[in-house]
Amino acid sequence: MSEELYKKMAQSIIDGDPDASAALAREAIAAGIIHPLDAITKGFVIGVNTVGDAFGRGEAFLPELVMAGEAMKAAVATLDPELKRLGSERKMLGKVVIATVEGDIHEIGKSLVATMLGASGFDVHDLGVDAAPEKIIGKALEVNADIIAMSALLTTTMVKQKEVIEDLEKEGLRGKFKVMVGGAPVTRDWVKTIGADGYSEDAMGAVTVAKQLLETK
Amino acid sequence: MSNKIKSITNPKLKLEILTPADVKKIHEATLWIIEKVGVKFPSKRALDIWAENGAEVDRDRKIVRVRGDVIESALKKCPPMYPLAARDPSQDLSLDGNHVFVGTDGCGVEVIDIQTGQRRLSKLQDVADIARIADATEEIAFHWVPVSAQDKPPETRGLHEVKTIWENSTKHAQTESIYSEHEAKAALEMAAMIAGSKEALRKRPVLSLMQCTASPLGHDGGSLDAALLAAEAGIPTGFMTMAACLTTGPATLAGNLAVGNAEVIAATALLQLAHPGAPVFYAAAQTASDPRSGAYTGGGPEDFLFGAATNVLADFYNIPLSMGSFATGAKEPNWQAGVENSLSTFMASIAMSDMLLGVGFLHGSRIWSFAEMMMDCEIFSIIHKVMQGIIVDDETLALDAIAAVGPTGHFLAQKHTRQHMRDIFLCEFMDRRPYGEWENKKDDGRDWALAKARKILAEHKPEPLDPKLSREFDKIIESLENKTAA
Repeated sequence: MSEELYKKMAQSIIDGDPDASAALAREAIAAGIIHPLDAITKGFVIGVNTVGDAFGRGEAFLPELVMAGEAMKAAVATLDPELKRLGSERKMLGKVVIATVEGDIHEIGKSLVATMLGASGFDVHDLGVDAAPEKIIGKALEVNADIIAMSALLTTTMVKQKEVIEDLEKEGLRGKFKVMVGGAPVTRDWVKTIGADGYSEDAMGAVTVAKQLLETK
Repeated sequence: MSNKIKSITNPKLKLEILTPADVKKIHEATLWIIEKVGVKFPSKRALDIWAENGAEVDRDRKIVRVRGDVIESALKKCPPMYPLAARDPSQDLSLDGNHVFVGTDGCGVEVIDIQTGQRRLSKLQDVADIARIADATEEIAFHWVPVSAQDKPPETRGLHEVKTIWENSTKHAQTESIYSEHEAKAALEMAAMIAGSKEALRKRPVLSLMQCTASPLGHDGGSLDAALLAAEAGIPTGFMTMAACLTTGPATLAGNLAVGNAEVIAATALLQLAHPGAPVFYAAAQTASDPRSGAYTGGGPEDFLFGAATNVLADFYNIPLSMGSFATGAKEPNWQAGVENSLSTFMASIAMSDMLLGVGFLHGSRIWSFAEMMMDCEIFSIIHKVMQGIIVDDETLALDAIAAVGPTGHFLAQKHTRQHMRDIFLCEFMDRRPYGEWENKKDDGRDWALAKARKILAEHKPEPLDPKLSREFDKIIESLENKTAA
């Protein structure tokens, strides 16, 4: 019975169907025979891994990966209140505060990275676009983040990535957070110049970088 | 590997390269050339046919002058469509004016060895390897004998080549390397054995012949005799002009088209006078010589214009066209190869040339490159996609998805995206990787193309030819070799 349900959960993620994954999450809670944590680790995550592996082999496409991420998000959102009620917590890889920097409204790259990090088991706090340095640092302190991730599409806003790092240093907080940056104009040289810790050119690469940064923390 | 064949059909793109008035002028100029200047037919058989049909025949100079109405009425007998048959009937190609098929190019003399990367003389094994790889691709619809089997005797080389193609592929074989009566007879005998009988061969010609003209305004005697034999047997036969502005044709494009046209339609008319209704095709690969050296270019804007214009002429005569495209002049698969092969193939495709020749060569159809072969296939696939144009309807306007996403946000999580994402072209040999990944490896499409060719060669097992047929073919070739030795 539960095996059957786990399979359906994984499939709802593979199908990228948030309605189905949320419905299955509700079903699990109502039936009460599956612990919400098991629903995640034995059901939904299997689906995420399946799509992720297929993407790595070039067989699944980006929309499928994003849809799997969205379906995962819907399932977790449904299960969260029940988890809290039971007093148990999902073990996360780490906490990430992510934003597009101040003055920049370009969102898709940042959102993709957020979705992929979330689907890979990070606790992601997405501040959206046009986020001022103090807002980013404030949120990182508030949630006790492991990683600050910043996106910029313009060379004119990219400098804000540098500003955040400088502010962290000024306030003696630089050692507390790993900083990763991204965006079309960002290069390895820029990363070195501003003293960031990590960088990737695409969303899946960002997940790998985030995992590596946690290990060095 | 797939038996499917990719062809351009029902195109959405159009190009008017010549107006009907332009075509009429070229046609009239062509008839004037044939009647007033004449065309050389150095074959007794051909000259006799011309004489019987009221042409003015100069037996000493072997030049024929023919009235326009004789040419025009002969051309009316050409069948407008017919198939190029394959050993596997599901791979028959319909030359109906609504399909563009790609073949391998021919006929080269050197090969960049697929394993060592060294350039060397071509041999029979190369013909086998190329045929086997072509058999596995969707893009290559038929074979031209790609390289010369220089390890076989000249008198029977053409026969070894087609036999080898049939042994390594189920697709249609076309050759330009059979240009004597004795080889043509033997090839027709072999083709009839594959088809089942002479009559079956007429219905399903598994072989077609291409003969080169000798520009300006000439033909080769052996080629004419071989073509007449093929036409008699119902084997599709075409004459290819390669008239080149400046050297073997006038410097101007229109004049060059008229010279080439005179060569092709005069020979085509000859076949119809001898064997009315024989399947024929127009073939061309005109070019311009480089004014600085006279060199053959293998590409350039003139070639691209010829590529599109010639199909308008072939359409005017209502016969299929085999057009020279690809065949870059570049020395290695590089920038020049990409530009020349893309543009020549696009122009020949947008005009809906029935056959394109063909993939695989460097240095003006002299050096075979397996990497270029694979990349040329990708060029065709890109053009195949472009020719489908843009479909505008409720589904493709995607208003529901647009409303669901709204301002900002993204379309990645929309069902509509999932339904249509596989319509988007996937390249194999274009580098779209992150910069850092390229920086680490410094490889590119050429490496991936070569790796793909090697993989196919190692893994692909074509449907074998009946070994009994192979043995019969050996006997035919051997007896011909013994005869020429004696």
